[in-house]
Formats: sequence, structure tokens, C-alpha cells
Amino acid sequence: MTKKQKKNLTRIIIAAVLMILLIFIPIENKWLKLVLYMIPYLIVGYDILIKAFKGIKNLQPFDECFLMAIATVGAIAVGIWGDGDFVEAVAVMLFYQIGEWFQSYAVGKSRKNISALMDIRPDYANIENDDGELEQVDPDEVEVGSVIIVQAGEKIPIDGVVVEGESSLNTSALTGESMPRNVISGDEVISGCINLNGLLKIKTTKEFGESTVSKILDLVENASSKKSKSENFISKFARIYTPAVVFSALALAVIPSVFTGDWSTWIYRALTFLVISCPCALVISIPLSFFAGIGGASKEGILVKGSNYLEILSKTKTVVFDKTGTLTKGVFEVTAIHPEIVDENTLLHLAAHVERYSSHPIANSLKAAYQNENDGCHVLKAENIAGQGVKALVNNNIICVGNEKMMKAVGAEIQKCPHEHSGTVIHVSRNGKYIGHIVISDIIKPTAEQALKELKKSGIKKTVMLTGDSKKVADKVAGELNIDEVHSELLPEDKVNEVEKILSEKLGVTAFVGDGINDAPVLSRADIGIAMGAMGSDAAIEAADVVLMDDDPIKISKAIKISRKCLRIVNENIWFSIGVKIACLVLGALGIANMWIAIFADVGVMVIAVLNAIRALFVKKL
Amino acid sequence: MKKTYKIEVDCANCANKMENAAKKTEGVKDASVNFMTLKMSVEFEDGYDYKEVMQNVLKNCKKVEDDCEIYLK
Repeated sequence: MTKKQKKNLTRIIIAAVLMILLIFIPIENKWLKLVLYMIPYLIVGYDILIKAFKGIKNLQPFDECFLMAIATVGAIAVGIWGDGDFVEAVAVMLFYQIGEWFQSYAVGKSRKNISALMDIRPDYANIENDDGELEQVDPDEVEVGSVIIVQAGEKIPIDGVVVEGESSLNTSALTGESMPRNVISGDEVISGCINLNGLLKIKTTKEFGESTVSKILDLVENASSKKSKSENFISKFARIYTPAVVFSALALAVIPSVFTGDWSTWIYRALTFLVISCPCALVISIPLSFFAGIGGASKEGILVKGSNYLEILSKTKTVVFDKTGTLTKGVFEVTAIHPEIVDENTLLHLAAHVERYSSHPIANSLKAAYQNENDGCHVLKAENIAGQGVKALVNNNIICVGNEKMMKAVGAEIQKCPHEHSGTVIHVSRNGKYIGHIVISDIIKPTAEQALKELKKSGIKKTVMLTGDSKKVADKVAGELNIDEVHSELLPEDKVNEVEKILSEKLGVTAFVGDGINDAPVLSRADIGIAMGAMGSDAAIEAADVVLMDDDPIKISKAIKISRKCLRIVNENIWFSIGVKIACLVLGALGIANMWIAIFADVGVMVIAVLNAIRALFVKKL
Repeated sequence: MKKTYKIEVDCANCANKMENAAKKTEGVKDASVNFMTLKMSVEFEDGYDYKEVMQNVLKNCKKVEDDCEIYLK
């Protein structure tokens, strides 16, 4: 509880106790009664009266405080002229304050809940000074290329490369992923991760302002600056609604009274009407629902840049994917080894050796597949033959690793590969004799299939994959994942055209999911752009409306589900609040509802709406 | 120029009111209030002294929501 909340709670309790006491003490004199009831009334309501007064002075009269002030002052006036009952006036103010207090407490709680999770800002960086001692400095002052030291339990303040030490990192604040990630010397690390055990020396590759952590904080802090339609609707609604209610109340007090002459009854009804009509439940719960929805999403590693995007996302009907890096890992891996004469291990072994001095992606994947490449074998005369492959002398055997052309050139007779369509085939020959081939392909992310299923299950009508890759590979991936439509061999500008075409079909909201630099134009063209991986390209993150912090495609359907839950809550609150209010307003105008029902219609509805709004925060199980 | 200030405000709607008040202040190009992080970021127009502008922003915010606070550095 904050200081202010504590103070207000004390005021509420004192006023409530006094009010209850006064109800049980019979006081005959009306004026003495008024003075006594004024004590709890002023204790609990003085700030509302001041606020209402200031509102009038600043020409902003029609807010909730104003409504409450006239309603209670009016009720007191009715008490003076009529039956001498002041309980209702005090009760209205008291319950209004209870509602306000509750609202502020709930908001504070959920804010804490969210901000604790987003508390990734590093306060300092450790550098070694001339005496070899650790010194804490402002991360802003660390220059690119300096070596910083991160001890166990500390946050990595700046992006960089590990130069010494090994450890596991907790990346959950960034990705929502709870599995620790192991790093050793040479690995790239991003800021915001927590070093769990070892001591790490990191050479920084970026300035603090350009580091991942700063960018993410920037994203979070600037989120929700774009208002959703529902929010805009509510603020417009409140602007027209409150004056309208005040004037209707005035009419209700005056017009029937002129005819019937029964002023106190109709003024009382008008006051009840005012209390019921207070729009608090709406104006408070709608922004709060979005606040909780965005907060809940960021807890799951999904950053939504504004509540309007949450609203659009909930209406998604078509999802368009980029292939490489989004549905597939974007790194090539050995997926099949088909040896002739020799065994699998020998084949891979020889191929890896030949590629020892090459840094081509294919070479890297071969070396990655054969872990202990740097063994005692002699690799000599490695030679790159452009458009064909690599040739080298391994343990006095001439080994050629390359494409069909190369095999033809050395006179080796190749075997067709049955898995040719799934990736790149690399043939290997030894002393001119064919010894087999290795298939390398970009592999589908393990969760991709489930992600697509989840999307279909959640009512996405159409899924489309766009890729610059060959038709064969694209069709195979799309087939495995059950994607409805595939467009392959596209240039970056073709992707924009394809998305334009889909948009022109008007099948509802179209989302595009991508990660690369060349995806940025498409991300901004689609109704909603989702960028994969906050560690992905800056341009993509900049252009996107939603950023998934880790590369898991399953988060796409999760994001959509979160947005739908949030919007469902918003709608529930709108209809529930307006519904109850209209019902009570009618009852109030007819004289059936008294002040106590009015209090429920105001504070009760608000508390229920706030509780409902907070529900948007809980998204773990979606 | 853009600057971020810490604010104190009770409800999400009041935050919206503050945002609108700040936007209408002379010398402010754009303003946004984030209720979640309790921060207001203000983009100033060229040729204005941001300190003076912020005084006016605070004054205007107080007009629409008496209970708010902006912590000017």
C-alpha cells in the first residue's frame, strides 16, 4: 500500500465507524443531527468536494467528483427539508471512496506484478580498473569494445561476446523462456539476461543505448501510447454522457415537480439518477483491461506496442508467414547421410575435413555435424573450385566435396538421392570414386507444426507462406505444416505484392509474421506486423506492431488468444456496466430504486468491472 | 527533443486526460502517458525551452486532474 492508500483507508474506516455509531444513536434535533453527520461526511469526502470545486473553477466540471458532490450535497439538502435522513448522503460518499480505493489498490498490485517482471534495467556495469579491482560504473559510460565483468546473480548490462568464463544465463525476462541457456567463451550474449553461476568477462559490441535491454525498455515504455478504438469510444462517450446525465437529472428534478408540486420526491429521484449514472466503471475499467492485457502479454514474452494493436490482433483471420527464420530455424543442418562403400561416420568425417578452412554456411553445418573435426588427420592443399565445391588432400587421399558438376569433373558416378527435394545435396568422392552424399537442409522449428494447428483451432481462416526459397523446398515445408497457400521464389518486393493481394481479398485482418531486414516493408504493410525474436533485425522490430521475444512460433497463437481474452473482457465490461446502469436508471426515474441501489449500480458495478479487467493479466494458461 | 518524466496518477482514465492536456500545451509536439510504467514522454517543438513548457504541461494537467503529479527533474 502506498502512503496515500493508507491515509485513504484510515479515512474510510473512521468515517464508516462514525456513521454506523450515528445510525444507532437516536437524535431528535435535526440540526444537531446534521452537524454530527457532517463529521464523517467531510472526513471521507473533503477531497472530492475540493476536486469538484476546482473542476468548476477550471471549466472542466463534468467529472465523477462533480457528480458525487452534487448528488451528496443534494441528498443533504433533501434531508434538511424532508425527513432529516443524512445516512444516505454519507453512505454515497463513503462507498464511492471505497470503490476508488479498491480501484487504486488493484491497479497498484497489478502494476507491481507487471513491472517486477519487466524490471530488467541494469543499474551498473563492472569494469576492472588499473589496480585489477572491480569498479561499478554507469552502463552509459562503457565504450564499445571494453571488457565488462558480470558476476553470478548480476544482470548483463550491455550486449557483447564472452571472452572468458562459462555460465548459464536466465533469459526469462527477455523471452519468457524458463530454461537456462549455457554460454561459453566466444558466444554472443544479450543484455538483460541474468548470469546464474559462473563469472563472465564480456567484450561489449554495442553501446548501452543500442543494447537489447535499452531497446526493450523503450518498447515497453512507449507501448500503450496508441489508443484502441474502445478507449477512444469511452473517452468520447464520457464527454457527451456526463453532461447529458446532469441535464436529464435536472429535468427529472424540475419538470415533474412543477406538475405535481412534490419537489422533495423528484429531487431525490434525480439524485439517485445522478449517482447511478456515474461513468466510473467504464472510464476506469476499459483502459485498465488493456493495461492488464498488454502487461500479461509482456509477461509471456510478447510485446504489444499499443492497445489498438491488441484490438486489431484479436480480429486476425489470415496469418501470413515468412519461411526462413520464422517457421524454420534459418540455419542449415545435416539431415541425412547416405554413404556408399564407406560408413556414415567416415563420410561425414572426410567431408568435414575438406571444409576445415572454409566458412561457407554449408561448411559450417558440416563441421557442426561432425563435432571433433580438429583431430590428428592431415588436411593439405585445400582448394576452392568456384561453382563446384572444395577439393583437399586428406591423409593422402584426394577428397572432393561438392555438387554434381564436380563429381562429373572428377569422373565419379553419382547416386541420385531420394531426399533430393528437401534440401541441398553434397556429393563426396575419394580418389575419383564416389563414396556418398550428405543432405543439408533448413529444418522446421519443433513447435511450428503445433503452432499452425493452434492457429487453425483458434479460428484463423487461412494461413499463407511466403518465401524466397525454391518451390521444391517451400512446398515440402508447407506440406508438412499443412499451410493453405504457398508462394515461393519471391523477391522481397514480391512479398509486399503478395500481401497486397491478400489484403485486397478482404478476408478480415491479415497478420504477417517475419524476422528479417527485408521483411520490414511487409511488416508495416500488413494490418498487423509480428516480428519474431527481439534478437532479430532492428528494422523488423521497428516496423512491427507486435514483437515476440523468442523465436517460438507458438507465441503467435498465444498472442492472438491473449488479445481475444482482453477484448472479450472489454466488451463484457462495456455491456455489463451500461446494461446495469440503464436498468437502474429506469428504476430510479420510476422511483423504484432508492439510493442504496444507486450505490450498488455505481460502486458495485465498478468493483466488478475492475476485478474483471484485472483478469486480462492472467494469460499463462491460454 | 524528447524527454521522459515520472508521474503520479491514480486511474488509467486520469492518465488519458493528462495525456490530452499535455498534447494541447504550447511547445509540445507530441506527448504520451504510459499508465503501466507511470511515465510521461514529451516531444518538444523546436525553439521552446523544455523547462518552461513542462511548467505549463504540469499546470494544464492539474487543471484536468487535480490529483496528478509530474516529477520535473
